Parts: sequence; C-alpha cells; structure tokens
Amino acid sequence: MNILVCISRVPDTATKVIIGSDGKSIDPKGVKYILNPYDELALEEALRLREKNGGNVTAITVGTAEATETLRNALAMGADNAVLVKGDEPADSYSVAVNLADYAKKMNPDVIFLGKQSVDFDSLQLPSMLAEILGLPSISVVSKLTIDGTNVSAERDIEGGKEVVSTTLPCVISAQKGLNDPRYPKLPDIMKAKKKPIEEIASNNLDARTVVHKMEIPLKERKAKILGDSVQDIEMLVTLLHEDAKVI
Amino acid sequence: MQKSLDYLNLDELYSEEEILFRDTVKSFVYDEVSPIIDEYYQKGIYPVELTPKLAELGIFGITVPTEYGGAGANYTMYGLAMQELERGDSAIRSFASVQNSLVMYPILKYANEELKSKWLPKLANGTAIGCFGLTEPDYGSNPSGMITNAVETESGYLLNGAKMWITNGTVADIAVVWAKLDGVVNGFLVEKGTKGFSAPEMKGKYSLRASVTSELIFQDCEIPKENRLNVVGLRGPLSCLSQARFGIAYGAVGAALSVYESALEYSKTRIQFDKPIASFQLVQQKLVYMMNEITKAQLINYRLGRLMDEQRALPQQISLAKRNNVEIALESARLAREIHGANGILGEYPVMRHAANLESVKTYEGTNDIHTLILGQDITGFSAFA
Ligand SMILES: Cc1cc2nc3c(=O)[nH]c(=O)nc-3n(C[C@H](O)[C@H](O)[C@H](O)COP(=O)(O)OP(=O)(O)OC[C@H]3O[C@@H](n4cnc5c(N)ncnc54)[C@H](O)[C@@H]3O)c2cc1C
Repeated sequence: MNILVCISRVPDTATKVIIGSDGKSIDPKGVKYILNPYDELALEEALRLREKNGGNVTAITVGTAEATETLRNALAMGADNAVLVKGDEPADSYSVAVNLADYAKKMNPDVIFLGKQSVDFDSLQLPSMLAEILGLPSISVVSKLTIDGTNVSAERDIEGGKEVVSTTLPCVISAQKGLNDPRYPKLPDIMKAKKKPIEEIASNNLDARTVVHKMEIPLKERKAKILGDSVQDIEMLVTLLHEDAKVI
Repeated sequence: MQKSLDYLNLDELYSEEEILFRDTVKSFVYDEVSPIIDEYYQKGIYPVELTPKLAELGIFGITVPTEYGGAGANYTMYGLAMQELERGDSAIRSFASVQNSLVMYPILKYANEELKSKWLPKLANGTAIGCFGLTEPDYGSNPSGMITNAVETESGYLLNGAKMWITNGTVADIAVVWAKLDGVVNGFLVEKGTKGFSAPEMKGKYSLRASVTSELIFQDCEIPKENRLNVVGLRGPLSCLSQARFGIAYGAVGAALSVYESALEYSKTRIQFDKPIASFQLVQQKLVYMMNEITKAQLINYRLGRLMDEQRALPQQISLAKRNNVEIALESARLAREIHGANGILGEYPVMRHAANLESVKTYEGTNDIHTLILGQDITGFSAFA
C-alpha cells in the first residue's frame, strides 16, 4: 500500500503569537515550530496501515527550506520517504493543494492522509481542495478508520454526534483527534532519519487567489467581576444577571 | 508546549536531530512524567511503569553503539535528554544517569565481549536495570579508602563488604561494584541472586523521594573470574563518574528551567497590592538572576557537550560544569520557592520538589566542595583534599 501524508510546519500551539510589522503575518521571532498536531494523527494512521499491510509512507510538505525539520520529524516517526516542495511561503491553501496534487498524480498513492486542519491559519480547505483537484472521494474529520482491501469505512465527528461513511480506495482522509495516539519518535529512528535523503522539488509558486489583508490579536479584557456578600454587591449581582446576562 | 528559555539563541547551534530528540523527551516528560510525579514523590516510590517507556524512547544506551542495542548518538544528545528528564524530576534523570553512565558505560568499556553481549541489549531495552556501588558508610568523598574487598579464589573472587546510598540497588539485576583486590580498586559485575549478595532499600529520605536508594551487602559473595572488569585503580570508577557528571550538568539546567518557568508564570498572574508581583523590583531581581544564571549554564553545557563529542573534555571541565550548574539550579529553586509564596511549598508546583531533590544532586557525584577542591588543585597545583 502506497500512502501519501501531507504535513505542515506550524507554530507550537502554546506559542504566544505576535503579529509582524506588516500587520498581516506572524512574527517568527521566538516562535517554536512543530509538526502540525492533526498531521501527527494522519502520519500515525499511515504508519499503522503500513505496519499492517506493508508498503510505503511518503511525507510531503509545501514550504520553505525550514520545513526540512518537520520532514525530519516525520522520518523519525517512521515515514519511508520525505518530499519538500520548496518555494516561497505558500500563498494560500489553493496553491498548496495544486502543488500536492501535482506530486500525487505522479505517485498515485492508494490513500492520502492529511490533518483535518493546520493549527496556524485554520482554513480547513486543503483536504477537500486536494481531493477535488485529483477527482478522488474525500472523508473529512475522521476519528476512526477501517480499511479492508479497497473498502474504506470511517467514523466522522459531526455536531453532537457521529456519522459512519464508506468509500473505496483511492481516497483522501483528513484526521481528527481520537483517531489514534501518535507515537514519539524513538532515538534510534531519529538517528536513522538523519541519514535518509529528503527529495526536493521546486514549487510552482502560484499567485494567491485569496489575499490576507490584516491580522489581529483580540485584546484580553478582564471580564470577571468579584462580588462579596454585602447588600450593595448582592443588588449589583441581581442587576448584572438581569441586564447583562439576561438570565433572570 | 511553551518554547523554553533560550536567551542567547543557542538552539541555532544544536543540530536538527539534537533538537528533535530534546523536544521529544520534553513532550514525553510533559505527557507522562509531570502529571504523576508529585504523587510518587509524596509516596516515596519510583514510578516503575516509566521504565519500559523510557527504554522505548531510546533513553538507555544513548551513546552506546547500535550493535549492543544502543542508539550510537552523541554526548550532546545524551546531555539534552538528561536536561529534559530532570525538568520532570531528578529521580528520573538519576535512573537514566545510572543506567547510561555508571552501568552501560563501564560494561562497554571494561567488560569482555560475552558480558557486553549479555547485558548491554537488556539494559538498553529496559528489561535489565543496573546500579553502581562505590560509596560506603565510612567512605563517601574519599572512595580510595574503601573497605569492601575481593580475594582471589580458584574459580574467581570472594567479595566482602557493604556499600551505601546506591541508586537502584534494590531493583538492580546487575551491580557494578568497586572493591579492593590486593589493596587496589577493581570493578566487579555482581548479578542479582548471587549467593551472599543482598540490597535492602534505604527509607526516610526527604530528597529524591521518587528514586530507589539502597545498601549493597556482600558476605562471601562468589564472583566468577570473567566478571572482573578490565581496569585497575580509581580511574575506573572516576571515568564513569565523568560521564555521569556531564549528564548532571545538563540535568541541573532542566530542573532550573522548570522552577524558573514556573516562577515567571506565577509572578505574572499573582496579584498583590493591586499589581502582578512580577512588577515589583525585588521579584524581577530574582527572576533575572535565574534567567541570567541559566543562560550561563546553558552556554557551559553547549561547549562541554561539544568537547565531549570530540573526546576532549577534561575531568576538571566537567567538575566546573557540575559544580556551577547544580549550585545555580538549587539557588534558583530556592528563589522560585520564595516567589511562589505559600504555594511554593505545595506539590501542585514543582519548585519545592526540585529544591529538595537538588540537595542530593549537590552531594552525589562529588559534592560541591569536592569539585571546588578539584578545580582549586588544577589552577594552583596544590592539593587541599587532606
Ligand atoms: C540520593 C543519593 C543517591 C546516591 N547514589 C549513589 C550511587 O548510585 N552510587 C554511589 O556510589 N554513591 C551514591 N551516592 C553517594 C554520594 O556519591 C555520596 O553521598 C557523596 O560522594 C558524598 O559522600 P558522603 O555522603 O559520605 O559525604 P562526606 O564525604 O562525609 O562529606 C560530608 C561533608 O564534608 C565535606 N568534605 C568531605 N571531604 C572534604 C574535604 N577534603 N575538604 C572539604 N570538605 C570536605 C563534603 O563536601 C560534605 O559537605 C548517592 C547519594 C545520595 C544522597
């Protein structure tokens, strides 16, 4: 089974993001970058499938030279090959999808995994765009997956419940929390990953179809009020519950 | 996870795989050690379930060649792993220090091929645990006076004596024991279950409570000939201690980072006199002391790691790092404890636990005083030990 896993390099979720001086990008200074947590789930699922059925796992990312560290992480977790589609910082999800699709057309994987979203820009567009360009069925936000021969059955999280969906290979799957518990890279595998080559291909730096105008960090206000048990405070509480919260 | 303090951008000097391994161990500690360690510490037991997980990550035998089950990585990676383990708790780092530097290292370096193939793979995959017996009840800083002794017999050696303060002694499958043979220090591998060998646990510690500390007792204990290590004199144990002390220099920085980061966060959110306590000069002075000293310690570690990787680190340089870094880590833990006020004594925050642990770390592997004397002798040419 040949599996393609699309991964991305994102700021650690605990990073306190600062907007760059242009007002529309993240200031990379002091930011710790990691493998997108949803992509970890995608990669783990791919590795388990390979361990069960044999085959090959290729991790791919579209980005700048810095993304090699993310690919190295994927190799250390157990990916067989790594591909960097190297270019400028990708303009938008569509340009990433086109680059990924170009590679997928050549590789012809049995299944393509992605995280349901990357935690930097959270556009949630990539899995569907990629499937559309490739003309493949796509199941998104998958929290449980069974692949038996070419039959695919997946559980998806939907608002307040679950949905069970089936399709056949080849297809695109996007991973949601709960799908699995990703492994830590082991030191011996980190040492082996160091020696594995990372294939580089040039990105077709497409013009953006969408443009970011502005980024903003919402100001955090202290919303909580501390009230005691004095008569004034109790009156204040009643007023607040009545007028602000409108619950009484 | 928050990016750790890196005031001088030292991350730029570490390689991709060094950072990847460090951050992997950091996440592991965050997920698996930090949530449980306080409870184990309070109960005074080591969390045994961590051993196979640590082995799986590749924590045992980091620098040991792959043919013996190790990872064949460099010393810098070993150091960085110790840093992240000790960010969790000194007990977990101690376990890894003993296994790597005090057990696998002497077996790799001084044991015959058969013993290497027998023990190293098991020690690497965590199915065997080792301990290192040098200290005795009456000989701590001065191990050359040790009383434990071996006498040659027809089939091997007869070992008699007692060791004290031995990390993991009770749970060890294999003990590296230092004893005098014809008045000269020699090393012996003593297997668990050898007749005449027992290892009762020492209780009542207020420090390193999540680590097993034991006595080793040898009463006419028969050791096969081939279990004698191929090294003579104190340089045998000292060569192991150099390895472990290097790891401790990195480890202490992990503990210091833990208490500093906790104090920084706490001081920004704790309001007194209508302001975060971080806005008061006296609190800032404490935080700046910690940040500054940790940064210096990180520089020492980076450089020492590279010297270790090039096999050029001198024991005195290792003494400098161990002495400095443990000292500033302990001082940072005390300051962090103050910044946390009453909360500082609770198990909910890591500071008191680190402060208590670091008292042991300051004493074992050569007390702070002993490292001062090593350095003093090195720069003056005068020995002030006795
Ligand atoms: C938790 C824990 C785990 C340990 N694990 C191990 C282990 O796995 N294996 C092992 O072999 N040992 C282990 N040790 C023992 C440790 O290495 C010794 O405690 C240490 O070497 C100091 O020896 P001591 O306690 O006998 O102190 P002493 O040597 O009696 O020293 C007491 C005090 O006198 C000072 N002092 C001694 N000599 C001089 C001098 N010449 N000049 C000035 N001051 C001096 C010391 O600095 C110290 O402050 C462990 C200890 C602890 C606490």
